[in-house]
Amino acid sequence: MTENKNIVEKISIKKLDFYYGNSRALKQVTLPLYQNMVTAFIGPSGCGKSTLLRVLNRMYDLYPNQHAEGEVLFEGENILVPGLDLNLLRARIGMVFQKPTPFPMTIYENISFGIKLYESLPKSEMDGRVEDSLRRAAIWDEVKDKLGQSGLSLSGGQQQRLCIARTVAIRPDVILFDEPCSALDPISTAKIEELIDELKSEYTIVIVTHNMQQAARVSEKTAFMYLGELIEFDDTSKMFTSPGDKRTQDYITGRFG
Amino acid sequence: MNALYRYRRTRNQVWMALSFISTIIGLGILTLILGGLFWKGISGFHSGLFTQMTPPPGGEGGLLNPIVGSLLMTFIGVLLGAPVGVMAGTYLAEYGDKSALASIVRFINDVLLSAPSIIIGLFVYQVMVAPLGHFSGFAGGVALALIVIPVVVRTTEDMLRLVPVPLREAASSLGMPRSFVIRKVVYRAARTGMVTGILLAVARVSGETAPLMFTALNNQFWSTDLSQPMASLPAVIFQFALSPYKDWQQLAWSGALLITLTVLTLSIVSRALTSSRT
Repeated sequence: MTENKNIVEKISIKKLDFYYGNSRALKQVTLPLYQNMVTAFIGPSGCGKSTLLRVLNRMYDLYPNQHAEGEVLFEGENILVPGLDLNLLRARIGMVFQKPTPFPMTIYENISFGIKLYESLPKSEMDGRVEDSLRRAAIWDEVKDKLGQSGLSLSGGQQQRLCIARTVAIRPDVILFDEPCSALDPISTAKIEELIDELKSEYTIVIVTHNMQQAARVSEKTAFMYLGELIEFDDTSKMFTSPGDKRTQDYITGRFG
Repeated sequence: MNALYRYRRTRNQVWMALSFISTIIGLGILTLILGGLFWKGISGFHSGLFTQMTPPPGGEGGLLNPIVGSLLMTFIGVLLGAPVGVMAGTYLAEYGDKSALASIVRFINDVLLSAPSIIIGLFVYQVMVAPLGHFSGFAGGVALALIVIPVVVRTTEDMLRLVPVPLREAASSLGMPRSFVIRKVVYRAARTGMVTGILLAVARVSGETAPLMFTALNNQFWSTDLSQPMASLPAVIFQFALSPYKDWQQLAWSGALLITLTVLTLSIVSRALTSSRT
């Protein structure tokens, strides 16, 4: 982590509780997320790391019986307030999922589709935006000659980068990755990790991962969660060398989880 | 080889034989029906079948008016029934889910799905034919629509449920409004399945006789006027097959073969669509 960089707290999670019906999945989580940094959420299955991620773009709102209490400040404004325009929020906080989810349309349309929701661009500008997005997701060279083919015709790793391009195309401020490599082979995983490293110069990035080496490789900050609580949050280098909590140490050394 | 194993093996062979015989019986009957239908029906296929009207007994004629009547009423049935079915199916899969209203709608739909079609015919007779005072092709189309709806509701809901949840979430995560997600992404992913459902509904109604008897009745003459009684293949087959005239009976066979071939084609097309999806 470079110390001279201006550190901006992009998102501040404050005393966040989350409920699935009556069961409490997050307990008083307080955590800052910094701009131009990658923050990794780690912890055993069911610890609440994906739940926490899904609060940040209010994905949980798609389902009844799920609700959050507390505050999540995004550039100073609480995004948990009722009546907030969720579509505008999600256009600014993008998300990439565990399994690649290309839409059943052409590669070009996969990208242009999201853009068209908010901007009406002439064809030439749209072409430029599509190319730019695909380049940022490091997939342009592989798909430039088959933009008219179905997005489903690509390999798993390519599909995932297509999904990243699609997210980047609508110019969000924050990108949330929910175990983006768990369905991919090591070579595709390396490409995605490289990509995440490049993207952080422009975005605030949060990644949920089960893979501790991955967290160590890509992130500046790491949050360790256990049973719905944030146990420890610190610089990744410190977390993986001298964790402050016994449970963190046990988890990263593979003693449980 | 011990006794228990020998017993198991014999038992297995007996059941195998029984299953095999049952299959032969089932397929054999089907082959006899189709073969007989084809044999008797094909001899009545001549160019006049598709260009001439139903004849008086002893006269020369074809099945043009019932073919057109069936096409028209099926078209109306699908035109009225498919959109209602698709929208109700969408409600059940995307919005209603496990709510009380959705459960009730789903239950009623299942009842409607298995309702005897003669009841549908009587219902339309009661609400459309009796008040207007005459039978009409339009009433026939409405009766068919009532049969189309539950089939399409069911297949639409099933097909939409097959669309993976992450695909919906991914679309929502781009800031798409819910209705947009459904129309542009979910429908696209489920399109072949939904079209298949509609084709199956067409196949289902194209052989329906009872709902048309009380609504469109029948018509010996050429008519495309939807406010008048209208001929249909099933109704003509019913009338001609029961008649004592040889040439009428022959036309009934040909009409039956025609319907069977249509249903067969629709089923094959819908199967091909479904299998090419994966």
